[in-house]
Amino acid sequence: MKEELIISGRMNYKVDPSLHIWGWEIPLYLFLGGLAAGVLFFAGLYYLRGKENEYQSAVKWVPMITPFLLAIGLGALFLDLHHKPYFWRLYTTIKLQSPMSWGAWTLMVITPLSIIWSATYIKDVFPKWDWKYKWVDDLVAYFIEYRTQLAWIMIIFSVILGIYTGILLSAFNARPLWNTSILGPLFLTSGLSAGAALIMMLSKNPLERIRFSQIDLMLIAVELTMVIHMFMGFRASTEVQIEAAALFLGGPYTLSFWIFVVFIGMLLPAFLEIWELKGNHIPAYIPAVMIISGSLMLRFIIVHAGQASRYLY
Amino acid sequence: MRYAMAVDTKKCVGCSDCVVACQTENNVPIGYCRDWVVEITHGTYPQLELEIRSERCNHCDNSPCVRCCPTGASHYSDGGIVLVTEDKCIGCGACISSCPYDARYPHPDGHVDKCTFCIHRVQKGQKPACVEVCPTKCMYFGDLDDPNSDVSKVLKKRKFKTLIPEAGTKPQLYFLI
Ligand code: SF4
Ligand code: SF4
Repeated sequence: MKEELIISGRMNYKVDPSLHIWGWEIPLYLFLGGLAAGVLFFAGLYYLRGKENEYQSAVKWVPMITPFLLAIGLGALFLDLHHKPYFWRLYTTIKLQSPMSWGAWTLMVITPLSIIWSATYIKDVFPKWDWKYKWVDDLVAYFIEYRTQLAWIMIIFSVILGIYTGILLSAFNARPLWNTSILGPLFLTSGLSAGAALIMMLSKNPLERIRFSQIDLMLIAVELTMVIHMFMGFRASTEVQIEAAALFLGGPYTLSFWIFVVFIGMLLPAFLEIWELKGNHIPAYIPAVMIISGSLMLRFIIVHAGQASRYLY
Repeated sequence: MRYAMAVDTKKCVGCSDCVVACQTENNVPIGYCRDWVVEITHGTYPQLELEIRSERCNHCDNSPCVRCCPTGASHYSDGGIVLVTEDKCIGCGACISSCPYDARYPHPDGHVDKCTFCIHRVQKGQKPACVEVCPTKCMYFGDLDDPNSDVSKVLKKRKFKTLIPEAGTKPQLYFLI
């Protein structure tokens, strides 16, 4: 048998023996971005479909959490930067070829949008709310006039944000595990499904809960198809991608991926939701928490496993 | 102008003089390196074959690191040399993830650091420190557009390869085989 032994004299911190430049911050940022994108997408969608009063949680008050989710996400991104005093450089350039750049700009659009959207509903949710200043009141009243336009922009930007969380990784062809174009749609679907789960968990309206439980079921089916597709693609690809897939098919990430992401994050909640839709009672938060934690684990595992996958030469 | 370097794998003995020369010339922080030596053993005993290479950033023609940098800190400079502008770099790590050769590292000061082909020397007409110091003279540097440069001449004579050409980066560090 031919053997190959490689010895390198390089031992750079966070690069060798295997890359670990991204720790918990980037996966958390990607997860929160995806979750916020999911919630805002449904808020816009059901507003446009005229369900504002039927699905009050989805349209009116769950979106109020998203500015906080996005702020924590941006905080995590900031913590990840090694050269923090220069972070403002992100916003002096627009580089379309760099997902990191247009993602940062997308956040700059969607974060204020989520605040504006929440502000237009704050008096519906907290009837005693007082803006204190008249000009804020006027401004909010102005935005209320334009909710339809806001909803459209929100839908478009939440899809961009959701896809971006995957494209940020899939644009790196140096890491074979990430270098698959299915990662964008997969992370978008996972974000939408986490968003739907959050709405389902927080809603008090049984009809709304059933609707979002159905949506989640559908999204889980799409996610599972994409996961299978992703592995089929890897297995039929070049050696480095076959090796990348092996990280999940017998390699060190096998158990964590299949148990936390696929079983607890997709199969089990899907089963519980079918059970519930059949008329049995299951507290809504159980499948919802599973779906949300599965979505978080997906980001963590893909970000970490991707850094372990590489070209050997 | 297109700067490039060729490393003779038949002459390199793996002494790491190039690594130390670079660390001294460029004030590389202790424990880090911008260039490094790789030793690869092929085959089974007793039919063994050893290849030794001095590696560094490939100053790729199609650099993923320049493409993914959100601030423009990573950029092409004279003759295609890929550089990082320290006070534009936010240390996001995207370029580190994007380099298939792992040629970059996070400098303890926060910005990203890597080989510069010793551009400060090259602009003065000198050779990069690693090329200058190599005791076996196994490295050749110069302008590929100039047929009389050291690197053009040796690439005309010898067989060579580049590393991971399938990654599509169009590396400009050639290994003579
Ligand atoms: S070797 Fe890496 S760091 Fe150097 S130019 Fe190519 S991709 Fe960029
Ligand atoms: S770490 Fe610096 S050089 Fe690298 S991509 Fe980020 S900003 Fe650009």
